[in-house]
Amino acid sequence: MKPGTKLKSAVCDTEVMVIRGSDASVECGGAPMVDEKPAEPGALDDAFAEGTAMGKRYVDEAGSVELLCVKAGKGSLAIDGVILKTKDAKSLPSSD
Amino acid sequence: MNIFLLLQMAADAGPDRVGLVCDGRRWTYGELAAAARGAADVITGAGCTHVALLDESSAAAPIALFGAALAGVPYVPLNYRLADEDLGALLARVAPACVIGDVARAERLNADGGHKLFTREAFLEAAEAAAEGASGEEREGEGIAAQIFTSGTTAAPKAALLRHSNLLGYILGTVDFMSADEDDAQLVCVPPYHIAGISALMSSIYSMRRIVMLPAFEPDEWLRLAADEKVSNAFVVPTMLARIIERMEAGVEADLSSLQSIAYGGGRMPPELIERALALFPETNFTNAYGLTETSSTIALLGPEDHRTAFASSDPAVRARLGSVGRPLPTIELEIRDEDGKVLPAGERGEIYVRGEQVSGEYRERSALDAEGWFPTRDAGWLDADGYLFLAGRADDVIVRGGENISPGEIEDVLDSHPAIAESVAVGVPSVEWGEAVGIAVVIRPGHERPSDDELKALIKDRLRSSRVPERIAVVDELPYNEMGKLLRRQVRAMFQDS
Repeated sequence: MKPGTKLKSAVCDTEVMVIRGSDASVECGGAPMVDEKPAEPGALDDAFAEGTAMGKRYVDEAGSVELLCVKAGKGSLAIDGVILKTKDAKSLPSSD
Repeated sequence: MNIFLLLQMAADAGPDRVGLVCDGRRWTYGELAAAARGAADVITGAGCTHVALLDESSAAAPIALFGAALAGVPYVPLNYRLADEDLGALLARVAPACVIGDVARAERLNADGGHKLFTREAFLEAAEAAAEGASGEEREGEGIAAQIFTSGTTAAPKAALLRHSNLLGYILGTVDFMSADEDDAQLVCVPPYHIAGISALMSSIYSMRRIVMLPAFEPDEWLRLAADEKVSNAFVVPTMLARIIERMEAGVEADLSSLQSIAYGGGRMPPELIERALALFPETNFTNAYGLTETSSTIALLGPEDHRTAFASSDPAVRARLGSVGRPLPTIELEIRDEDGKVLPAGERGEIYVRGEQVSGEYRERSALDAEGWFPTRDAGWLDADGYLFLAGRADDVIVRGGENISPGEIEDVLDSHPAIAESVAVGVPSVEWGEAVGIAVVIRPGHERPSDDELKALIKDRLRSSRVPERIAVVDELPYNEMGKLLRRQVRAMFQDS
């Protein structure tokens, strides 16, 4: 996954942009993410249904993958079945 | 990666929310994104290599910035204050470009550049006309979002390149998406050709803080807009803040009760000016931001709590932090190194090096990054024991007297502590004996007697050492600054060359 690549959920409205990528395959709502949305969304896995939030960044434990959620949805982002955590933005005063 | 994403996300989340107020028109995020998509098609259709803005700030600036981004063409805001000869040379370097703004001047200065010329109005009209049915196609191009010409003090200006990845790294690392309240408004008054003018657009749009644009800075107009638009945030350079305070003290009235935060940067803030400002705006949060064009804006900042703590402290070391630029952003690495590249401990002066996603350090001609990705800023500075960064001038400003390196900052700090001296500058002056020696120019505080040369020399000798004692002393009415508040040391040096 090249930085800048956009991925879409196959089961919900979630869309992400890859900030930092690896060879890992990203899942959303229990199903692998895709380049083009299927005509009919698949079924959302209840174990991966915490939802995504627009503007949040998601990372894996090793920090090798970072995704920016550009469209929110009902599924959870995961790699190999492990749910990704949100990366908290540093709380900084506005400087521009 | 493409910075257009920032505007697209704002438009997706709040299409009808007002994102920009300029010249009496209110643009929603939806309208801005649509116009930028239209602009991208106009730019692609024109077949140009750059998009050059030769104009004051207006809605055309963000629309050209994001339109150029989508079209995969670098956005190049040009300094319209440059002399004809210098501006003509820059136009030739970006030819053929879509030039937006002062088309008559572009035509006169670079007629054979093959430029496509748009007045501001023509560009906005074309962009909005093309908005409906715009392709919205994202082109990668060279991956360069902006090209900004440095001011070029000794040689031709360098073309600093900021990639989409640099600018996105900066914004995503420092700004929370949609974190602004719907009433928040940011007064943008820095020129569009300055990096702060670009970063202000991006961070305001991503936080969804309404941009209130002042086409060119003027203190009374700044006060009027701040009150009328209930502005909550503003960025100023120190000279702008001085002029705003002067007008307020002269009786210009403005209701600034909405103003929560003032950020400043772009030049050295005189300690007495920030102390006056803190007293005049006790409820306002002040943030000092330090950054360079080559670092996509801010790399260190002194936040509101730091200001209040320093202002209230009787501990000289804590109080001194008002004169620092705060601590490095957590998203970058920063080191102070000596001339041999060795990392220096706290308290020692050297050159500031930075590394991080937002750090470009790349010019059209070459990259200034070292093999490990560190950018030598050419700014001199030091860190205190708690990690606060103090600037000590440009590395190029160092005075070399008989092989000994002297930082102008240490001499200026001592001079500024004299009650009769409002401002001072130390530069290298030609010396037969030493090659270079210290020359100082000072501005006397109104109502004070001019201190004798001997008194000033004794002050330096006592507080520093004899090699720092000035050989030449000039008293001037004011020091030369550019419009961004940068002290023009070369003009001071020239003053000593001539006399």
